[in-house]
Amino acid sequence: MFEIATRGHDPATDDAFGRRDFLKVCTLAAAAVGLPASAAEKMAQKASSGAKPALIWLHFQECTGCSESLLRTSAPDVGELILSLVSLDYHETLMAAAGHQAEKTLHDAIARSKGKYICIIEGAIPTKASGAFCKVGGRTAVDIVNETAASAGAIIAIGSCASFGGIPAADPNPTGAQGAPQVLAGKTVVTLPGCPANPYNLLGTALQYATFGTLPALDELGRPKFAYGRVIHEDCPRRAHFDAGRFAQRFGDEGHRQGYCLYKLGCKGPATHANCSLNHFVEVPGAWPIGIGHPCFGCTEQKLAFRAPLHSTVDAKDFPPLTGPGTYPPITAERGGISPLATGLAGLAVGAAAAGGYVASRKISPDGEKKEE
Amino acid sequence: MKLSRRELLTGLAAAGAAAAVPSPAEARDRKVAEAGSVGMLYDSTLCIGCRACVVKCKEANQLPQDRATLNGAPYDAPPDLNGTTKNVIKLAAAGGRSAFMKSQCMHCVDPACVSVCMIGALAKNASTGIVTYDKDGCVGCRYCQVACPFNVPKFNWDKAAPQIVKCELCRHRGEPKKPGVRQIADPACCEVCPRGAVVYGKRSDLLQEAQRRLKTQPDRYEAKVYGDQDAGGTQVLYLTAKGVPFRALGLPDVGDEAAPALSESISHGIYYGMVAPVALFGAALLTIRKNRKQADEEGA
Repeated sequence: MFEIATRGHDPATDDAFGRRDFLKVCTLAAAAVGLPASAAEKMAQKASSGAKPALIWLHFQECTGCSESLLRTSAPDVGELILSLVSLDYHETLMAAAGHQAEKTLHDAIARSKGKYICIIEGAIPTKASGAFCKVGGRTAVDIVNETAASAGAIIAIGSCASFGGIPAADPNPTGAQGAPQVLAGKTVVTLPGCPANPYNLLGTALQYATFGTLPALDELGRPKFAYGRVIHEDCPRRAHFDAGRFAQRFGDEGHRQGYCLYKLGCKGPATHANCSLNHFVEVPGAWPIGIGHPCFGCTEQKLAFRAPLHSTVDAKDFPPLTGPGTYPPITAERGGISPLATGLAGLAVGAAAAGGYVASRKISPDGEKKEE
Repeated sequence: MKLSRRELLTGLAAAGAAAAVPSPAEARDRKVAEAGSVGMLYDSTLCIGCRACVVKCKEANQLPQDRATLNGAPYDAPPDLNGTTKNVIKLAAAGGRSAFMKSQCMHCVDPACVSVCMIGALAKNASTGIVTYDKDGCVGCRYCQVACPFNVPKFNWDKAAPQIVKCELCRHRGEPKKPGVRQIADPACCEVCPRGAVVYGKRSDLLQEAQRRLKTQPDRYEAKVYGDQDAGGTQVLYLTAKGVPFRALGLPDVGDEAAPALSESISHGIYYGMVAPVALFGAALLTIRKNRKQADEEGA
């Protein structure tokens, strides 16, 4: 179905889109997602040799926001991405096929690159009522996920819904929605939570797998550490206001207009692991919640997004260990010690004074006694 | 020198009179907080360590920026209470987790600093219980620094005319036009805290609130309000997270007895009714008289 990627458009040789241009795209892609420069060359080699990674993108209980955000990347843009870098074999929103033709595409894609393709799951998976709440082509989401993931090389859950249920799993969760890691228990699922997920985090993970065949280092929730290793708070542009105790008290007040810290309005930044503060959405500067004056609502955290009230503040126990220079003084302030040398010198001085005093008293006392006699 | 039977009996009587001074425990009643006394309640589990209180404290008390900053800190980050810092947020580590601690004057019910202050520069307000400092009375002896069980009063070591620096509960910010207890004082730290981790109010109300929290969330807190009885009771009360003992927050196990209860019993007891001094003086007189008599006899 996405044969268009190779039909009449060989990225390595096409005149309109020369090898140089193609390398540029690869370099941009590698740089944007934090892969080393050498990865670009390797990526180009892989892509031009026809070994482009196959992507099978499944949609369940979601809003397609994650796909939409992927469409708005510029380095590489989605055209370059799906035409040059990856082979997007199945994507319900982006493909032209419909009905039986679409179903066939999925089966063909699975059969064609068994054990090598990247299965990307977008949306939560309903499990109540035998999964009847979400069916595609007459099959339940659970069945589709299990079948597609079974012979996938790597499984990526994109967005908060696929990662841990997200909005569909919010209380009272009538459909029994679950995240992909829960449905595919026992399998390694890379989760890229976010509402929507930052497309560069997906590109980074997918391109690393495509180029090197490896997955990035993951945390205990399956999130790649390169993107979810630090909390928003650590790199927040409003952090100085937090440190100086300047808080916006309510929306639209003077502090809010001045760009003060949004913690008091319910910002979950101190407890939310994500790189939003460094890698703004779709390259629009400031395009992320805190950037536009709204508190972070913790969309990448299983315990926060759609579970904690939007404007409640987070507890201190959720803070990461605070280390580094200039953070907090310890309970007992460190004081300068006294060196052994100083102690020794002081001892010598005292000893000398005592001895001198004794000698002097010996000299004086006989005279004194004599006088009295 | 040889004691006659008569002199021995006199001396013994004097010693007996001295010993008859009531025992220290009876000498002094335990001080209790005044009904109208105000204070603060700090809940370590709510604090997020933003230091808004540290910043606002300096602003409200017109304290200069700190020169002694933490290692590598780029700006005002006092490592402890000091001559320019009346309030500081510290980080405690206990049981594999961290907890924040706010340090400032505890405003003891029976303050040791007031007890030792020879001039009365440090005084406890009779109705509000705020431990106040009067720089015009202070002679700079720094007894208060030694006496304080919480190591709170600090000294302007770098000033030609140094003063003692300690929290006075922002009593200068209390205004008649403000509502309720804020007429008495209005601590800046409580005003800016984004989580209500530190709140200001009447001590009795705060104690009630602290106990309510302990009752409703027993899993969240260590089952004790520090300052209820500790050190004879303090007007700044503390709650700590379960698994983080108060000792880890730097709040010492000083017992429920205020230090002045013992020290004042001894020092005041000696002068109780002037019995002991009179008896001692009498004994001394007798001895002198006897010695002089002896010397006169020998000389004659």
